[in-house]
Amino acid sequence: MISATRLFAIVKKEVRQLRRDRLTFGMIVGLPIMQILLFGYAINTDVRDLRTAVADQANTSLSRQFIAEIGQTQVSTLTQKVQTAGELEQLLRTGKISLGVFIPPDFDRRVTDDSRAAAQLLVDGTDPTILGVANQLRMMPFTLGATSLFPAPGNIEVRAYYNPERRTPVNIVPGLIGIILTMTMMMFTAVAIVRERERGNLELLINTPLLSIELMLGKVLPYILIGLAQLGLILVVGWLLFDVPVRGSILDLYIAASVFIAANLALGLLISTVVNTQFQAMQFTVFLLMPSILLSGFMFPFDGMPKIARYLGEVLPTTHFIRMTKGIMLRNATLTELMPELVALGVFATVALLAAGLRFNKSLD
Amino acid sequence: MSNDLAIQARGLTKKFGELVAVNNLDLDVPRAHIYGFLGPNGSGKSTTIRMLCGLLTPSAGTANVLGSRVPGDTSVLKPRIGYMTQQFSLFGDMTVFENLQFIAEIYSFPKPDRATRIDELLERYNLFQQRKQLVGTMSGGQKQRLALSCAVLHRPELLLLDEPTSAVDPQSRRDFWSNLFRLAESGTTILVSTHYMDEAERCHRLAILDHGVKVADGAPQELALQTGMHIVQVEADDPYAAQGVLAALPEVASVTQLGMRLRVLLPQAVPDPEKVIDGALRANAVTASSRLANANLEDVFVAATMKSRDKAA
Repeated sequence: MISATRLFAIVKKEVRQLRRDRLTFGMIVGLPIMQILLFGYAINTDVRDLRTAVADQANTSLSRQFIAEIGQTQVSTLTQKVQTAGELEQLLRTGKISLGVFIPPDFDRRVTDDSRAAAQLLVDGTDPTILGVANQLRMMPFTLGATSLFPAPGNIEVRAYYNPERRTPVNIVPGLIGIILTMTMMMFTAVAIVRERERGNLELLINTPLLSIELMLGKVLPYILIGLAQLGLILVVGWLLFDVPVRGSILDLYIAASVFIAANLALGLLISTVVNTQFQAMQFTVFLLMPSILLSGFMFPFDGMPKIARYLGEVLPTTHFIRMTKGIMLRNATLTELMPELVALGVFATVALLAAGLRFNKSLD
Repeated sequence: MSNDLAIQARGLTKKFGELVAVNNLDLDVPRAHIYGFLGPNGSGKSTTIRMLCGLLTPSAGTANVLGSRVPGDTSVLKPRIGYMTQQFSLFGDMTVFENLQFIAEIYSFPKPDRATRIDELLERYNLFQQRKQLVGTMSGGQKQRLALSCAVLHRPELLLLDEPTSAVDPQSRRDFWSNLFRLAESGTTILVSTHYMDEAERCHRLAILDHGVKVADGAPQELALQTGMHIVQVEADDPYAAQGVLAALPEVASVTQLGMRLRVLLPQAVPDPEKVIDGALRANAVTASSRLANANLEDVFVAATMKSRDKAA
């Protein structure tokens, strides 16, 4: 027979314990709010404001009107004007733009000639969403007052760079490296240290000549190696099964990954100084992992996200790392070209490590 | 500080917010002695030990531990101290040998002698059979022997043991104490906290702590002679009724029931304590016989904590 008294004794106990676990309680409120905000802002298939550069070699009133028309669609925002197609390619490769518009010198004549493309849209073909946007632009009927001189549908050529076969894994795998490393590295360190405190090992260790820097570094070092091994594993599997290329330098990729891993481990250390139990450490990791998946450019093209989502994304190490993996693996970009991203990760790692170190010392007293 | 003191503390105080965990504690621990901290849970034993090894910063007061000033830079001190935590704190997912090896490395124990030292400890603490066993699967007594062998591995001059026997059976406790005596004989100073009277009895010297205050300090035998109390042992047919009668007497300081017997403490100023008790019991028609007894450590403890509470009141 089920006893209501016993049943409610358990219910009451659970509620009491939950109320005293302030972090879990905060998660109950915080997670739904964060997810609503994240999904509401970030999940947005209407791509807007893609950074666009134009190389207008015709420079006629017609070509200028054409550029203005593209701008009016609101899917793209003109950020730069350059001279040559080569410059557009360079900007695409370093990830500074998502869309390039090339207008040849004889644009006015080509517009009336159905057999030749009047203009080219250069896109980073690794992101299917952006590619789709470019195709829409191409099919868009342009009207210019009463005249219908404008390129007929299909008279604009879309050139997809870096992923001519338009395969999804090519886009997914470089991003996935960032997500997998974020998840495992952050969780491993946070849990590893909290476990030691939970089991009482820490009280023993801090009474030995062991320095806290030795303890922290010693705990983190094995995970750096594990992270690098994970990177190798993903690359090999991606290459064998999905033919995902590494067009740039493997060394660059590993350097970028090392800094990224360091940033995540530092973040894990920081988490471990905030939480008390392994369970809380896991919760906290999930809390940080959600935005990393949604706002880093892994799920949705970073460029097309609303402004507030982009600002949030800039603060996440995963965002900067995914830009580097995509650049190095797919667009053959060099680390020098991606330096701002590497510096951002370095700054992140340093700040998190300093914060963790300060908090860690305190928690010993 | 004289050279034959391992620890000398003056005015050691620790406050946690409003709570005064340790209050103005003076302490002199002679070298090569086993010095006991006796007191109930929450009396400040662990807090004191943690202050002495630099784990907690005192709110006031200082100590000199093996010539190092506390609070201060404890990095020179740590290699000379062995510490055994109240909660078992070695690694359950490593073997006995791996744990010992880890501790040896943490203390930078000279590599050539490491293996010999570990073998010696496995032998002495009767862990040779278990050396490849995962620590998490061992019994309480085995874990405790391992904890002690890890605490003494680097041959510390001072051993701080925080309720080391709270989780083991009586036989293991006896073995544990014979190990402590062996260590003290070889020159190690041992500060051990306990709430077991029989263990406190074995210490060379003893401090009784109550609510963060030291209420007695001396050799156990000395303390037993200085309770300032008459101890009367009463055997009654109805000990519960007898306790009721005696507890109501103004002369009686404390009554403790031990099975069919009662242990009654009366201030030494009371003349003829047996007569007072017999008279009261007879007047209330309780059949009983009483005789004077020597103070044991529990009596010392009761008397000492009572005095401090009277003073506070």
